[in-house]
Amino acid sequence: MEVDAGTTSAVGTDNQPTPVLRGRSKAIHQFTQQTLPACKPVLTPAWVIGTFFLMGVLFIPVGLISLHASQSVNEIVDRYDVDCVPDIFKNNKMAYIKNASVSKSCHRYLKVHKHMKAPIYIYYQLDNFYQNHRRYVKSRSDEQLLKGLGYNKTSSCEPQAFENGLPIVPCGLVAWSLFNDTFSFSRGTKKLEIERKNIAWKSDREHKFGKNVYPFNFQNSSFIGGGKLDTTIPLSDQEDLIVWMRTAAFPSFRKLYGRIEEDLEEDDIIVVHLMNNYNTYSFGGTKMIVLSTSNWLGGKNSFLGVAYIFVGSSSILIAFIFLLLHVKNPRPYVCIFLKDEGQFSNGCS
Amino acid sequence: MAKGGIRAKLRRSSLYTLANIRSKPSYKKEEAAGELSGYPRVIHVNQPVVPETAPIFCSNYVSTTKYTFFNFLPIALFEQFNRVANFYFLVAAGLTFTDYAPFDWPSQVVPLALVVGFSLAKELYEDLQRYWQDKAANRRDTAVHVGNGVFKTKQWHEVCVGDIVNVKKDEFFPADLLLLQSSYEDGMSYVETMNLDGETNLKVKRALQNLSLPVVNDDGASHFGNFQPMIRCENPNPNLYTFMGNLEYDGRIYPLDPAQLLLRESKLKNTEYIYGAVVFTGNDTKVMQNTTQSGSKRSKIELQMDKIIYLLFGLLILISIVSAAGFGLSVRNTVPIWWYLRPDVAGEDFDVNDFFVSALRHLVTALMLYGYLVPISLYVSIEAVKILQASFINSDLHLYDDVTGTPAKARTSNLNEQLGQVDTILSDKTGTLTCNQMDFLKCSIAGCPYGKRLSEVELAAAKQMAAQMESHDSDSSHGSVSSSASLQAITISNNGNTEKKESIKGFSFQDDRLQNRNWLNEPNSEFILLFFRILAVCHSAIPEINEKTGELTYEAESPDEGAFLVAAREFGFHFIKRTQNSVVIRETLSMNQEPVEKEYNILTLLDFTSKRKRMSVIIRDETGQLLMFCKGADTIIFDRLASNGKMFLEATTKNLNEYGDAGLRTLALAYKKLDENEYSNWNEKFHNAQIASGPDREDMLEELSDAMERGLTLVGATAVEDKLQKGVPQCIDRLALAGLKIWVLTGDKMETAINIGFSCSLLRQGMKQICIVVSAEMLAQDAKDVIKVNILSQITAALQTVKGKKDPHAPFALIIDGKTLTYALEDDIKFQFLNLAINCASVICCRVSPKQKALVVRLVKEATGRTTLGIGDGANDVGMIKEADIGIGISGVEGMQAVMASDFAIAQFRFLERLLIVHGHWCYKRISKMICYFFYKNITLALTLFYFEAQAGFSGQMHYDDWYMLLYNVFLTSCPVLALGVLEKDVNAEICLQFPALYQQGPKNLFFDWYRIIGWLSNGVYASLVIYLVNMRIFSPESFRKGGQTADMYVIGTAMFTSIIWVVNVQIFLISHYLTRVQLHTIWGSIVVWYLIVYIYGTLPVSWSAGNIYHQLPEVLGPAQKFYLSTILVTLLCNMPYLVHISYQRCYNPEDHHVLQEMKNLKKDVTDKKMWKREQSKARQETEIGLSARVDAKMRYMKGKMTRRYSTLAPRSP
Repeated sequence: MEVDAGTTSAVGTDNQPTPVLRGRSKAIHQFTQQTLPACKPVLTPAWVIGTFFLMGVLFIPVGLISLHASQSVNEIVDRYDVDCVPDIFKNNKMAYIKNASVSKSCHRYLKVHKHMKAPIYIYYQLDNFYQNHRRYVKSRSDEQLLKGLGYNKTSSCEPQAFENGLPIVPCGLVAWSLFNDTFSFSRGTKKLEIERKNIAWKSDREHKFGKNVYPFNFQNSSFIGGGKLDTTIPLSDQEDLIVWMRTAAFPSFRKLYGRIEEDLEEDDIIVVHLMNNYNTYSFGGTKMIVLSTSNWLGGKNSFLGVAYIFVGSSSILIAFIFLLLHVKNPRPYVCIFLKDEGQFSNGCS
Repeated sequence: MAKGGIRAKLRRSSLYTLANIRSKPSYKKEEAAGELSGYPRVIHVNQPVVPETAPIFCSNYVSTTKYTFFNFLPIALFEQFNRVANFYFLVAAGLTFTDYAPFDWPSQVVPLALVVGFSLAKELYEDLQRYWQDKAANRRDTAVHVGNGVFKTKQWHEVCVGDIVNVKKDEFFPADLLLLQSSYEDGMSYVETMNLDGETNLKVKRALQNLSLPVVNDDGASHFGNFQPMIRCENPNPNLYTFMGNLEYDGRIYPLDPAQLLLRESKLKNTEYIYGAVVFTGNDTKVMQNTTQSGSKRSKIELQMDKIIYLLFGLLILISIVSAAGFGLSVRNTVPIWWYLRPDVAGEDFDVNDFFVSALRHLVTALMLYGYLVPISLYVSIEAVKILQASFINSDLHLYDDVTGTPAKARTSNLNEQLGQVDTILSDKTGTLTCNQMDFLKCSIAGCPYGKRLSEVELAAAKQMAAQMESHDSDSSHGSVSSSASLQAITISNNGNTEKKESIKGFSFQDDRLQNRNWLNEPNSEFILLFFRILAVCHSAIPEINEKTGELTYEAESPDEGAFLVAAREFGFHFIKRTQNSVVIRETLSMNQEPVEKEYNILTLLDFTSKRKRMSVIIRDETGQLLMFCKGADTIIFDRLASNGKMFLEATTKNLNEYGDAGLRTLALAYKKLDENEYSNWNEKFHNAQIASGPDREDMLEELSDAMERGLTLVGATAVEDKLQKGVPQCIDRLALAGLKIWVLTGDKMETAINIGFSCSLLRQGMKQICIVVSAEMLAQDAKDVIKVNILSQITAALQTVKGKKDPHAPFALIIDGKTLTYALEDDIKFQFLNLAINCASVICCRVSPKQKALVVRLVKEATGRTTLGIGDGANDVGMIKEADIGIGISGVEGMQAVMASDFAIAQFRFLERLLIVHGHWCYKRISKMICYFFYKNITLALTLFYFEAQAGFSGQMHYDDWYMLLYNVFLTSCPVLALGVLEKDVNAEICLQFPALYQQGPKNLFFDWYRIIGWLSNGVYASLVIYLVNMRIFSPESFRKGGQTADMYVIGTAMFTSIIWVVNVQIFLISHYLTRVQLHTIWGSIVVWYLIVYIYGTLPVSWSAGNIYHQLPEVLGPAQKFYLSTILVTLLCNMPYLVHISYQRCYNPEDHHVLQEMKNLKKDVTDKKMWKREQSKARQETEIGLSARVDAKMRYMKGKMTRRYSTLAPRSP
């Protein structure tokens, strides 16, 4: 927006006689005769240098603040999909994940490097998982999520619309492939409480997932995708599902799992008890657990701050280059133009 | 009645003794051949029951419409979908109903329906107008013979070949007629062919001399009942000046020639009525054969735009193939292991077992998805913008003629921007440049110049010169000061003169020495008397009494003669009566004396023809003295002077040169005394020759008259101003300064054309005139090949002269006449001709037929590839107007044909200046900016889709809601660009006019060249990359807001789309030079509306929308600061390169309009007038025509003189 501010203020005053508007007819006359008063921005060197300089001056502080905000966020990332496979299955992870009889339980130890202030958000991160694939995105029925079994135009949910001749609620590939690793945390011996409520958008809970819609005929086929749902809980309260149903934009994404409502101290060791149920092994995806604080800018992401500083400093650089050019080789304002095939050269005589 | 009466009493044959020479049949050989082979067309005239063997001719119904009621929809639709973009969108719209489509049907069908519907409505409207026009023409009435001498009124379209029709005075001929009889005894009739060839003088047509027609009573043609001849003639052809055939009647065969043919669209004048047999009807008529059909015109920008669209289609296909290949590969390699997609189930989208088919299917999807690369709304937006631009042209008060009350009219709006790219103007003369009114302005009698009033050209040149002197005064050289002072004096005195009211039409002479009988006191008063007598006697005009006022008006063959007679009357020699062999002049010879009526016996009248270029009368005056009065072109007369008749030759020549340079039409007057014997000898021979028949008759007559018109004594010369329309010289000058070339194509004779060339400053002294002419003898005798070789050698020789020219200030002018042009336009030599023509500063083509006008335009258009503009006012210009890239009709006095055929209609030629230099320039810039921006904004959008798709396994998924896409082009980004297209201007109208060189940006196409287009496309690619990558990195994968939530696909989509909206709107803000409230409001409005739409759309119940953005803005994005910060960052980053580019360009490599904007901005036009003026004089195109060039030449001449004087007077200073 600095651009606008810069150039609008670089506006030459209108040099048509300032018209005293006499109502609508005057305006119409001006319009049809194409003499509407207008501002005509002219970029003189002073304005150019000033604008770029101003942009730099405004952007660098914003960048610094953003960068600081990002730095102040603490984040613990731990990839667990490989290490949670027992050694005997290391060479055949598929066998491990598909074998229901093998315990999927796993422990991870996370060290807190810096004090983390509550609330601490727990995410799971998947990589190389194409939630944005067209077949995947399309395979859902928002109407059914809201209305439940009463809604039967679920052809969009194919190939997960019906099972054994009965409709599936919630239908579609998205729901069917629900992420079902579970996490619980303890610090030392004390279990850390995880808040699993309010992780989905309020509007989703209230308006997009039915309060009276209960899972039905879900994951009843021989080919089970992901997690199962508690058939006694209405969809509007199945927040894991709601979060999952918000398909991610990129193949690498994080989704909110819950919150830890107490501070974590430096050098604390957090034990993660997890059930490594979800199959990312077949397509070479990775799974991570992320603990992160958050501030007004969200998670730890220095890109915004760096980009602001980059843009700001290049603006100042450009301003200096223009200044230098202008000092070394000034074009006298309103240069006499010498005609050269209708082009004006900038040599002045 | 009075008119015809006087005429009828005269035995015309005695008056027009040489009239037969005029139509020398140049097709004798062919005619003989034709007789042998038999003419193909057989017409049974006046037979109520046509024999069965008779061929069927086309009806007289004329239709110029493009469609009929039944074929409108199919043909118009076909034309619409012939546009590749429209066809693509049609297919795409069809496919949206299948599963291939990545989006819902409305997003494709609605815009397409709008686009096509809009265009169809426009087509329909335009064709309906043509239909009504045809209907009016076909419903005109005429009297047709229905048997037994009874004539019945029928409508034109009911007239059939072979009918006998009766046409009354001032009526148009309904078809091509064979003249059978007229109200004159000898079958003469007068025809105005204005609509055919633009010539305003009347043409004589004569019926077959020896054909004994049934006697016609005054009350009708009661004896036509049994008149049933048969006509055999040539087939319909477009040649206006030839006609061959014969008429069989009563067992005799009469040969026919063009003198008997009355052409449709010409008008009967000065003849009470004629009877004619219909020879050609409807589309067979010469005038219809001369109409050149041309398809709808499209501007160059649009054609280039099509190329960009092809380029974008190329890009579209390329990225679709990339996408399809990517999809195919992913289906083959990775999708089978993506269990969450259930790859085991084959769907409509893919089948892992057959990745190739999947890829092909995906290709279809991708082709639709990236269809956003091709902006469908571009066509609608451009149409809408052009309609508004056209309405500006229509409502411009500066283009409004308050005399006639006609505004300018843009009849087709799709050529607005073409107005800004014109390179060559091809103009008609009569009615366009001139008003076809002659004013007697000056004369030279006995070597003494009379007439103080300046011609318009001189006046304009003097004014400009004075202005230039003023600006040069700063250099202060003594000589120029004095000369500028004197010039100013002239200007002022002349201004004083013009203030006197001009009461007499055709007479603007002012010189007290001759007026009010003062000439009696002049030294050479006997010559002055002679001069006036020649004016009053030597002509072929007929006086007519105006029934209302009782005043005499003169019905002359050319307006010059009329002016002479008016002048003679003003000088006291009032021509009042013509009898069969005398003229009566009422002479006032002294102040106090009463006027005396004198009768001069006209013994012989030698007619004026364009070949002879002179006319003479032999009279016997009251003393019985035989005198021959002669007037003619100066060169012709000077050749025929007696050795003792040259006493004024030198002085008169000098005067004539001045007159010629002042753009006046000159004629020299001479006389000769004859003695009785000499005359009677000659007359006997002449009479014998006249009654003789045989091939030599005409040669003999010509030889005899040539012998008589020798040994003349020069009396003086006249200078008549062919009145130019208001402001024409200035307008031509400005157009020349803007770098435009101007060709004049006229049906008039060469002398007239050259005169007008002078008065428009297209020609001037010091210009070398190259005339390409083939002599009449050659045309008559030699074979076509010989003529062509001759022309080619003339052209080559001229070209060498032109190429080898040394003096940069001696430009060349090419003058060519119609007959020569016929050969020069043939395929094998036309390029040499054109090459010569474009090397000449001005080109004048005379005596060209309507078809030739069109052919010349086509030649220039096709061979040079430059934009041509045809301007004319009459029906004879229709071909040219239709053929040229832009056709302009003068909506003046004459018929409406030119206007109906034109793309723009203006009331006066001078409005062309503003139309081109102001409106054309603006429209060109607007449209080119607009199109570039359109491509930019669509590339920006479409490529983000591509990047996303590439990251979504090439599956064809979009991260935007369907409705965003639909609204993007239709609503969200359309208003600012429409406002830009309508209101943008780089500099205001005054500056455009003051700095005409600015116009060259259009013809040079600086704003829509590939450099610029590629620049904009790259800018779009850059913007899309920045928008995509920065948003992706900012919003993923970490949480983006305080609540710790992460962004899903549609959140990122909305954030990206917000960035796009900001980026493209700020971009259009940056490219606008002229920001009115409208533009500012639309730009801000678009941005605000976008947020509103997201908000409102998000509040709709889930079942209405797809639910993807439900409550997104207030709940998800609104409270996140990152959303705003990212928008600001992306907006700036995307526009920074452009900003740096224009800043650099403006500061260190400014274009013309940049400098002007700066100067205007610093108010240099007010504060530093001198500099403003100086810049103005520099901002000109090098030109060799126009007033300024004339002034420059004069200045050079004066300076040259001065330096010569200095160098002789003073020793050269170092």
